[in-house]
Amino acid sequence: MTTSTGAAAPAVAASGPLEVTRRRRKRKSGRFLLRRLGFYLVAAWSAITLNFVIPRLMPGDPSAAIIDQLERVSGQSLPPATLVSIQGLFGNPDDNLFEQYIAYLGQLARFDLGVSIVNFPVPVADLVATGLPWTLLLVGTTTIVAFLLGTALGVAAGWRAGTRFDAIVTPLTTFLSSVPYFWVALLALWAFGFLLGWFPLAGGYDPNLPISFDPAFIASVLQYGALPAATIVFSAFGGWMLGMRNMTVTTVGEDYVLLAQAKGLSPARVRWRYAARNAMLPQFTGFAMALGGVVGGALLTEIVFSYPGIGYLLFSALQKRDYPVMQGVFLLVTFTVLIANLIADSVYVWLDPRVREEG
Amino acid sequence: MKYNIFGNGKVTFGVIVLGFFVLLALFGPWFTSTVLGLDARANDISAISAPPSAEHPLGTTQFGQDVLAQVIEGARGSMFVGFLGAIVGTVISVLVGVPAGYFGGTTGNLLNFLTNLFLVMPVLPLIFVLAGYLQGTGLVMIAFIIGVFGWAGGARTLRAQAMSVSNRDFVQVMRMLGESNRRLIFTEVMPHLYGWIASMFLGGLIGAVMAEAGLAFLGVSDSSAISWGTMIQAAQQQSAVLRGLWWWFVPPGLCIALVGTAAALINFGVDELANPKLRSASRRVAKRTAAVRRAALAPEGA
Repeated sequence: MTTSTGAAAPAVAASGPLEVTRRRRKRKSGRFLLRRLGFYLVAAWSAITLNFVIPRLMPGDPSAAIIDQLERVSGQSLPPATLVSIQGLFGNPDDNLFEQYIAYLGQLARFDLGVSIVNFPVPVADLVATGLPWTLLLVGTTTIVAFLLGTALGVAAGWRAGTRFDAIVTPLTTFLSSVPYFWVALLALWAFGFLLGWFPLAGGYDPNLPISFDPAFIASVLQYGALPAATIVFSAFGGWMLGMRNMTVTTVGEDYVLLAQAKGLSPARVRWRYAARNAMLPQFTGFAMALGGVVGGALLTEIVFSYPGIGYLLFSALQKRDYPVMQGVFLLVTFTVLIANLIADSVYVWLDPRVREEG
Repeated sequence: MKYNIFGNGKVTFGVIVLGFFVLLALFGPWFTSTVLGLDARANDISAISAPPSAEHPLGTTQFGQDVLAQVIEGARGSMFVGFLGAIVGTVISVLVGVPAGYFGGTTGNLLNFLTNLFLVMPVLPLIFVLAGYLQGTGLVMIAFIIGVFGWAGGARTLRAQAMSVSNRDFVQVMRMLGESNRRLIFTEVMPHLYGWIASMFLGGLIGAVMAEAGLAFLGVSDSSAISWGTMIQAAQQQSAVLRGLWWWFVPPGLCIALVGTAAALINFGVDELANPKLRSASRRVAKRTAAVRRAALAPEGA
């Protein structure tokens, strides 16, 4: 944004009749979202290109190494289609780089992420599709729960800044949010899984039950998921709470809050519609970033609890140097993050008309 | 700006704890070897997986190494990565964020685009893919990776602040008087950002210590170095949790939590310095404003 538009915007908004302003704002928010969409397209393209470049920058010939390893694992020579696919994803030193890039994009457009080395010849796309629902279920729900819980508590603490509740809860959550997540998870596993034996030590469901939607299986999913879910919520809500507390402290002192109180509006309405709503905005930016961290968090959770999601898939791929799986997971994670951010941006525009002006 | 940062109990506590760990990182290894007569790497065959005792105050690992000595030695590794990672991250966010906010226009848009790109890229999987190809990295490399991938949030904050400062009258006037951009940035804009930069550095310190621990836990680390992260990773790998060797993984995790808490507490003070509105959150002021508010609302209710 240049300085001149920043100075001019309020004047324009104030001069026109309300209806004109509203229409102009709508058009502006449309343009804003289009620009964001453009940004995310470029970001997606960068991730794809990064995935293309990294193996080609590495010393040696990764695709030859992968083909070698695959033939050793499977004990037979590979079908020509697999060869082409591997070389498309990891490079063939004899080919023209530009043609390789085109071929690579073509493969991705067909959702061809290559085949796993360790689980040859299972396509990477299939492995990812198996792990994805577990991660979405576990981390998606817990991220939302932690966000809601932390935000609500943050409003309570910030509304009564300086009271005993605030004086006790705020330093405590500071400490909790400084504790490394995987360590909390280890302690929880040790205390509730090993010492007390309340929860299973590893896995996402009872391996003796067939995967289905019958009640016994769902109960086992809940039982296996409870401890990992609790650890995620436990370590994540403190950060939300602190952010919301500080923002609430700032808005509570504003004149419009005092005015709303003076008008005799109910305390709950003043607290939520006036103070909290305006304090919420940075929380949403944070929420978008948290969705970006979903897989990062899931990575550690899933490793500690051996939970069968994307994170665990990536971890085992790293340990066994299963490059096709590693890169496939990276692409998937990047795309989900980008889509989540785009959605968050749209929500943000809807909540705060001012972002449209700035862009 | 006459606000005494040390008048705040939280800040004093944070400074003491963080100072203690800095001293531990600097002199700890010397202290263990000469005063305690311990060696973090020595294997005591007579005490394997031993619980805390007089001889080994924090017990021993599965390999008979003294946990206390390892925690002290680990302070150096973790604090080193923490400081270096925070320095790298803060420097990049200043270099990108401040000009982005000050210049606006094409320069600003380009830098802002770069920031947004790093902000949305999922860092951990990317580091993973990189680490898969690059094997066996040292602590310096790890600190750099953490810094290089961790600056975007700070740059975004600095951009917003620099933008607001450079649009204020005093900067505009100086600009019209023909003052050079470089001088304006360093003498007029930057001093208003020191509070944000300091709090960014402290946040980066916590972030880097935690990130190192997280990466070590995932096996992306220097296997010869001792840090709190590699300790927890070794404990996890030897199934310390499932064998009840709590003294092996509890102390390093607690140390990380303490460093993080200390940095966060100092950050409260710095935040209040940079954002005066937060200062009103002190108890005395809260009581006073409540009294004023009651007085103001009283006729209304009656």
